Amino acid sequence: MERKHTDREYDRELDTLREQILLMGAKVEEMVKNALLAFETRNVELARQTIAMDRQIDLLEIDIDEMCIKVLARRQPVASDLRFVMMTFKHVTDLERIGDLGVNMCERVLELGERVVLRDAAAAVVRMGSVAQQMLHDALDAFVASDAHKAQEVIRRDQQVDNYYAQLFPELVTSMMQDPSLVSQATKLQSLGKYIERVADHATNLAEMVVYMVNGQDVRHHAAEANREN
Amino acid sequence: MSLSGERHALRKFTDRAFSASCVLATIIALVPLFGILYYVAARGIQGINLDFFTQLPKPVGETGGGMANAIVGTLKLVGLASVMGIPPGVLAGIYLAEFGQTRTGSVVRFSADVLSGIPSITVGIFVYSLVVLASKTFSAFAGALALAVIMLPTVTRTTEELLRLVPESLREAALGLGVPKWRATLRVMLRTAAPGIAVGIMLAVARVAGETAPLLFTAFSNRFWSDSWNEPTASLPVQIYTYAVSPFEDWHRQAWAAALVLVSLVLILNISARILVRNRVKKQ
Amino acid sequence: MSLSLEPPDAPVLAVSRGAAEGKSSPSASEGRSPSTSEIALNTKANTKMRAENLSAYFGKSQVLKGIALPILEKKVTAIIGPSGCGKSTFIRCLNRMHEVVPNAHVSGEVTLDGLNVYGRDIDPVRLRRRVGMVFQKPNPFPTMSIRDNVLAGLRLNGIRVNDAESRVERALHQVALWDEVKDGLDRAGTSLSGGQQQRLCIARSLAMEPEVILMDEPCSALDPIATARVEELIHELRADYTIVIVTHNMQQAARVANYTAFFYLGEVVEFGKTDAIFTHPKQRRTEDYITGRFG
Repeated sequence: MERKHTDREYDRELDTLREQILLMGAKVEEMVKNALLAFETRNVELARQTIAMDRQIDLLEIDIDEMCIKVLARRQPVASDLRFVMMTFKHVTDLERIGDLGVNMCERVLELGERVVLRDAAAAVVRMGSVAQQMLHDALDAFVASDAHKAQEVIRRDQQVDNYYAQLFPELVTSMMQDPSLVSQATKLQSLGKYIERVADHATNLAEMVVYMVNGQDVRHHAAEANREN
Repeated sequence: MSLSGERHALRKFTDRAFSASCVLATIIALVPLFGILYYVAARGIQGINLDFFTQLPKPVGETGGGMANAIVGTLKLVGLASVMGIPPGVLAGIYLAEFGQTRTGSVVRFSADVLSGIPSITVGIFVYSLVVLASKTFSAFAGALALAVIMLPTVTRTTEELLRLVPESLREAALGLGVPKWRATLRVMLRTAAPGIAVGIMLAVARVAGETAPLLFTAFSNRFWSDSWNEPTASLPVQIYTYAVSPFEDWHRQAWAAALVLVSLVLILNISARILVRNRVKKQ
Repeated sequence: MSLSLEPPDAPVLAVSRGAAEGKSSPSASEGRSPSTSEIALNTKANTKMRAENLSAYFGKSQVLKGIALPILEKKVTAIIGPSGCGKSTFIRCLNRMHEVVPNAHVSGEVTLDGLNVYGRDIDPVRLRRRVGMVFQKPNPFPTMSIRDNVLAGLRLNGIRVNDAESRVERALHQVALWDEVKDGLDRAGTSLSGGQQQRLCIARSLAMEPEVILMDEPCSALDPIATARVEELIHELRADYTIVIVTHNMQQAARVANYTAFFYLGEVVEFGKTDAIFTHPKQRRTEDYITGRFG
């Protein structure tokens, strides 16, 4: 582990910041997990509870943003400290979006209710969801451990999720064409698929930021290149 | 915790008592100065007249006459002593300020300190045996030499101390501009210390103006004008001595007058030194 | 958070031996500092001055250990490091002020436009007219007026110029002091405020038309506004002069310098573009120092 700042108060401020962002990550992860579970088991109550969690996420976003600004103003951080604060600042945005996506997913679950149709498509959505959920989990782990390799690996998996979605969409369209009464359900499933794909994208963002923070290397928008290098 | 109390009253009193005793001590210290000034002025003023400044001493027994030759003699002696003593003194002071940390420097400084402690009469005897015996005559030159030797350590130490007071940063500034070392010392360090050194020199001069003992063996005395530097020369301090121990009332009066003139000379030198410094500082 | 030391793609330094290790080495690069030939720079600027295997001593005590560093022309190079790391000694070696101290000596080379300034027939006095210096505490000559202070370098060297007045005006304009003092050029140099005095000292150096200006913590005795003015001045001077600035204020180095060198215990630990040093330094010790993890 690295050395402490000479000014211990600075260390405490950064530690607090870290705790808060980890807390936010954990809650968001839980929201996504619950949303997917609620869909899988058609648990409307769970969906409702999950939507209520979003409030906490919003409050955390405000708190963390404020903390980041204070550290920047007070400490003029440089090098690794600076990268940490800036990335935390940006992490917050992605996490908050994921939280909103969780809410959106739960709303679709509420709309679908207890009906069970389009099993294949639903199963595909569940599979996609589990990959995206794992990506989020790993991205947060990579942040905790400052593990750039793990983060790179998360970035690679985004392609998988995109592939899943690319398969799902035509299937649903086909189903809709075969049986127009399924349109309502199919569109909701398609929305869910879209939300999950976006969760995966945000998880990828988080992973790219971890790589920058650790290496000082900006890999955003160069994901393909980064994958090729490794 | 309250802000007042007995302790406070006691401290206030002690504080005041201390200040009062300092003031008292200062007054006591100033009493001799003002006493002398007043006494000399009171007794001396009676003897001051035009004759005093223009005429030669009359032969023993006769009244009247003056101390013209003694006044001129003092001026000659102090003048020549300054010429002989100030340049070596200043240069030695510069040497000590620049190289004073070396062993040679310490030896030089020590010598100067010892020299300043040597009784002036000893210096007089020294110059007597060196110059007067060799030239077989008392002379103004010998007298000036003795005074120069007395003046030397004071000038040296003053120059050294004042040069040291000049911040090194000025020397560095000059060196940083590509000024050679010696020019930096002379035109920056010395120039900055100059006002203080001037004062020091004037005080040294004022001091030797009143030295009597060394002159007894070197310049001796003269009832008439001294035409050359190689003759015995009258001077105010010696003349005061001669007249004061005589039995003549008239001479006593003249001695007081001479004392007044000498004290005035010293005062004028001191005051002009101060004025010079103040003007220099004002210009800055 | 551990730090990986893979080289970034930003154009900075070719890596010197021992600097690019794997992730886990906390004391990343040990061993000797790279020589200037190993520091390849991706830049079009020329090297104005260069230190090559420079060591400096006070008597027996060695203060600089084999320094190798380029000083690029018309750029600002900052030297940062904790107290006692040798940064002031280093810049004093650049204009041969170090040897003025009794018992101080130097080994190695410092070149100016390729010429070794420690060569046998080089006159340090002439060197200092090409490489000027500004000190920590403003030191205008107290016995001279503002005008005379600006011209001091010329006058004290016995250099006669026909255009003295215009030189004074030009130098004072360059340091943004002209408007403030133009009506009182006969006032004593010491009658100005601290920040103005420091700018006067810079004008004094500029009047000698040097090629390089060395600044030894020029703002440490100044208040923030005066500091900002001097930093602004450094920005402007950069176009015409090569500047080397020693500072213990890292934010100042980050603000004014194009290149930064981090010194520690008499060695160059890292040298590179300022932005790179302050966002992703390559050496662990540099990282620790600039983030305040020292001591």
